[in-house]
Amino acid sequence: MTDAVTAEGLVKHYKDVKAVDGVSLRVPEGSVLGVLGPNGAGKTTTVRMLTTLIRPDAGTATVAGADVLRDPQAVRRQIGVSGQYAAVDEYLTGRENLEMIGRLYHLSGKEAKSRAAELLGQFRLEDAAGRPAKTYSGGMRRRLDLAGALVARPPVIFLDEPTTGLDPRGRGDMWDVINNLVGHGTSVLLTTQYLEEADRLADNIVVIDHGQIIAEGTADELKAQVGGERLEVTVADAARLSEAAEIMRTVGAGATETDEHTRRLIVPVSGGTQSLLQAVRAFDDQSITVQDIGIRRPTLDDAFLSLTGHKAETDTELELVGESA
Amino acid sequence: MTTPSSSTSVTETPVASSTGAPREARTGSLIGDGLTVAKRNLIKIRRVPDLLIFTTLQPIMFVLLFGYVFGSLAGSGASVQAGYREFMMAGIFTQTIIFGATITGYMMAEDMQKGVIDRFRTLPMHPSAVLFGRTLTDVVNNIVVLVVMSVTGLVIGWRVHGGPVKALWAYVLMLFFAYALSWVFAYIGMRVRSPEVVNNASFMVIFPVTFIANTFVPSQNMPSVLKTIAGWNPVSTITQSARENFGNLYSMQAPGQTHAQIDKQTAYTWALQHPNLYTLIWSVALLGIFLPFATSAYKKAVAK
Repeated sequence: MTDAVTAEGLVKHYKDVKAVDGVSLRVPEGSVLGVLGPNGAGKTTTVRMLTTLIRPDAGTATVAGADVLRDPQAVRRQIGVSGQYAAVDEYLTGRENLEMIGRLYHLSGKEAKSRAAELLGQFRLEDAAGRPAKTYSGGMRRRLDLAGALVARPPVIFLDEPTTGLDPRGRGDMWDVINNLVGHGTSVLLTTQYLEEADRLADNIVVIDHGQIIAEGTADELKAQVGGERLEVTVADAARLSEAAEIMRTVGAGATETDEHTRRLIVPVSGGTQSLLQAVRAFDDQSITVQDIGIRRPTLDDAFLSLTGHKAETDTELELVGESA
Repeated sequence: MTTPSSSTSVTETPVASSTGAPREARTGSLIGDGLTVAKRNLIKIRRVPDLLIFTTLQPIMFVLLFGYVFGSLAGSGASVQAGYREFMMAGIFTQTIIFGATITGYMMAEDMQKGVIDRFRTLPMHPSAVLFGRTLTDVVNNIVVLVVMSVTGLVIGWRVHGGPVKALWAYVLMLFFAYALSWVFAYIGMRVRSPEVVNNASFMVIFPVTFIANTFVPSQNMPSVLKTIAGWNPVSTITQSARENFGNLYSMQAPGQTHAQIDKQTAYTWALQHPNLYTLIWSVALLGIFLPFATSAYKKAVAK
């Protein structure tokens, strides 16, 4: 098997809502796939189908070579799952939680104990190990939940929005943890609403919206779909906009956008920093005062916006037209 | 109930790997996984003050309250009141263990709501282990409750007159009925999903059901409709069976009243004449219906 996870045409409808409407994806062994999409896009439903929690209405899927529909127990033996609701047992201590999960993966009592101790150390939960999880902060609960997914060292791990609801510091912590602990040959499918998160953690990304995959590729490929680098300049004096536009035309590799109101000019460039320097010299030669100048690389946010037609992290249907199609 | 796959996989190489390399876990057995879940539930009962009070202080309070408050209604003589206390022990046992069965409903709903069931369902556990462990916890809990109440009863003068074997049977029958009821509540808990609703709704149902019975007063004196309901209420037959087997049936014997008269008056329906059989039929029927229902609901259960 070269693919840790494969899904072919997964469909799940709830009444008349098409939660997932024909999703196909694959996670090559040892790689991290980021499933990126806004709230309600169908990410969690997809994960629930792949982790045997719900049966798809149509489609097939395999995890670690086992058929999700025909042999769910074989799938469960090889996966670790960490959910967005941090399903830790509030009344058990951190240690008891991990030991229980170890026992349910059928480690011996001794193995479960030593594995729990090991994970508590790795996840910086040693000090809180003897306290009921009820007393944990949001970030600690997430770490404990993630530790639970790793107890049996499963070859395939599903992380459903592992950082949703965490503050930026907690998120950064989780990223470090995921990068450090999840690597080592483990295959990961990770869902997220955060473009930055997908960029940071995933080898490959699929963008999902309204239950369908609308784009896939590496972070760089997705960014490339939105277009390359752009030079952005804001001039101090509106009277000199036409002269500035002339400079942009010579430096740029395409049509210049001019916004007279903000005195801003944007042009696609192909030379990167060289184009920037060339522009700076030209503006300086003609004594045009520049308030702001820079090369802007498209972010995944730009990619998301242009792919879905609406901003990430919102449900609202904004009628925004992508800057480049 | 062990599936073939689990019995073969038990023989696979143990998963201890100090190397940290990914490897496959085993599928578990019903008993092993069930006990792990039961252990977790018992830890939880110990840590939740409400539940702990429910299992320890509340039974003591009920025995004392019902014994002395209702006992004073039974008559003014000390021996009459002591007789009532002995009479009502079977009833209070029955009511309390039936309430004990609702813990399963409450906890299943809570585990559904908090995603704990989701976690369990992605683990290579035996598919029935969560429900088995959950209902087993009720049995353990009910045993503790019965011990606490029995000791309290003994302190206030309750005595077993029927011999240890019969007394044991009385306890077993109560526990078995409550066990069947746990499966009913497991199903309800998974369908309702709100612990508070399960709690309130089960109180609304169980409270009247345990009162329209011979639990606290002899039901033959009730108004006709209630008398008929009480006569066929399984709560009455469990109580009747326990009362018989503890030898407490004649505790409220009035002067000049014979045992035969009491037998005739209290056992006024077929159900009350065959309380053991009738209770068993109910227990087996509840299990027969709700064990598969709950099992299938669990297999489809997902949070939210």
